[in-house]
Amino acid sequence: MNIYAIRVIYQQEMLRAWKTSAQSFASPVISTALYFVVFGSAIGSRIATVEGVSYGSFIVPGLMMLALLTQSIANASFGIFFPKFTGTIYEVLSAPISVAEILIGYVGAAATKSMIIGLIILGTAGFFVPLHIAHPLWMLLFLVLTCISFSLFGFIIGLWAKDFEKLQIIPMLVITPLVFLGGSFYSINMLPPAWQVVTLFNPVVYLISGFRWSFFEVADVSVELSLAIILVFLATCLTLVWWMFKTGYRLKQ
Amino acid sequence: MPPIVSIANLSKTYDTGYQALKQVNLDIHAGEILALLGPNGAGKTTLISIICGIVNASGGSVTVGGHDIVKDYRITRSLIGLVPQELTLGAFETVWHTLCFSRGLFGKKPDPRYLDQLLKDLSLSDKKHTLLMFLSGGMKRRVLIGKALAHQPTVLFLDEPTAGVDVELRKDMWALVRRLRESGVTIILTTHYIEEAEAIADRVGVIDHGELLVVDDKQALMHKLGKRQLTIELDSAQASLPAALTPWNLEMSTDGGRMTYTYDPLKANTGIDALLQAVRAAGLGIKDLQTKKTSLEEIFVNMVHQSK
Repeated sequence: MNIYAIRVIYQQEMLRAWKTSAQSFASPVISTALYFVVFGSAIGSRIATVEGVSYGSFIVPGLMMLALLTQSIANASFGIFFPKFTGTIYEVLSAPISVAEILIGYVGAAATKSMIIGLIILGTAGFFVPLHIAHPLWMLLFLVLTCISFSLFGFIIGLWAKDFEKLQIIPMLVITPLVFLGGSFYSINMLPPAWQVVTLFNPVVYLISGFRWSFFEVADVSVELSLAIILVFLATCLTLVWWMFKTGYRLKQ
Repeated sequence: MPPIVSIANLSKTYDTGYQALKQVNLDIHAGEILALLGPNGAGKTTLISIICGIVNASGGSVTVGGHDIVKDYRITRSLIGLVPQELTLGAFETVWHTLCFSRGLFGKKPDPRYLDQLLKDLSLSDKKHTLLMFLSGGMKRRVLIGKALAHQPTVLFLDEPTAGVDVELRKDMWALVRRLRESGVTIILTTHYIEEAEAIADRVGVIDHGELLVVDDKQALMHKLGKRQLTIELDSAQASLPAALTPWNLEMSTDGGRMTYTYDPLKANTGIDALLQAVRAAGLGIKDLQTKKTSLEEIFVNMVHQSK
């Protein structure tokens, strides 16, 4: 295994995050804090408990998921798109490095950044609402799996995108609506019955439900199903990346 | 001695249907400087890109150091360094950081002493901690060479290394290439500057429309394909060529003051002696004589012209 290659890719990606720390870390924390002020304190104070949990606390896992998904995709997609855009990708393609090693470097760094952001948001939330994590290990498992799988998804978008517009289009037009409609701010039990069925086709519902269960033991779907869905998503992304590298899709012409 | 790079029946057809390489066969010997000459779009960069792993071949095979570039890619790629044609560098890293990145990427443990020496050899020591965005074009080109050499490769590909580079830097680059060759590195460079190939290459390959037209020792190529020309300057301009001189297929200058005879220097009888006698017999006075060897450039232009 080319450990040195993994290390320099990982370090380079993390260094990029530190150099732009205001954008990488401060920005998602500030926007999440604003959500807590608006939804948690201002509006949430007028909402009764949801599934026995105060509204302010109830939205914490959803807000974390919102940040994890968007940041994982943004970090990983930009990390591989930028060398493609500038042409410096030639060096990675000509190096004695396997697909797995490239993924550990790029996706590992993107997932690390997202995990740091997620934990900072969790700490920030503690200033606004009382927090209790019922199953810390499950919470960490969901956190890690979500960061890795969506960083992988972001990496695929970065490989696929030919320009900056395409880089933004899926996160903006697909992921953000799915997260907002996936129960970030509500339980799907609060929806009319027909919409409850429609919502079950949104994969993000399963992520938020499982993550919320690890906090409050309250879930829209079973935790096993949530775990299975995220593992299937992870396996699908891995297969797609493997195929892209094997065929050289948008990489090796 | 087995070739360091062996290319067999290599072909590449892009998704657009464009056939960039057609059954190319080439052996590159260890320690030589091979120049691949060809016009834009001839297939030079595609050939290099396949060997380095940047482009997938459509057919054929390549070995580097006896190892297949697909099956044994870890071994072959660690032997190769590539300097790309474009100035493809990041902007916000320092020279030192980008060299360390390249060395690590190719699986070599950090070696600050070697990289310091490399910077010195490339006259970049004073730019060690400068951001790449603040370097001039020539310095960026040298950084790219440094990145390619950071992992101490034994085969170095230089894709148009002096494109857009001023004369002084071009000569510095040639000196560097010669020093690398002396240190045992095999160098393959693509260029469309004939003088570059003429100045530094041991062997020259001419590629056009994806086909390798010829590969030979530079001197042998010039000897084999090079013609000589004898220009006779007359002491008075002539309105037309005397009929007695027709067998020599002379070219008359537009002002009628010079006649040029093209001959094969390898022939026992070049025809020069008879021509000079015929000129005198025709009553023409000779003011001056000049002979000229065909340059590599003229050989190249002829070959490409014939291949069309």
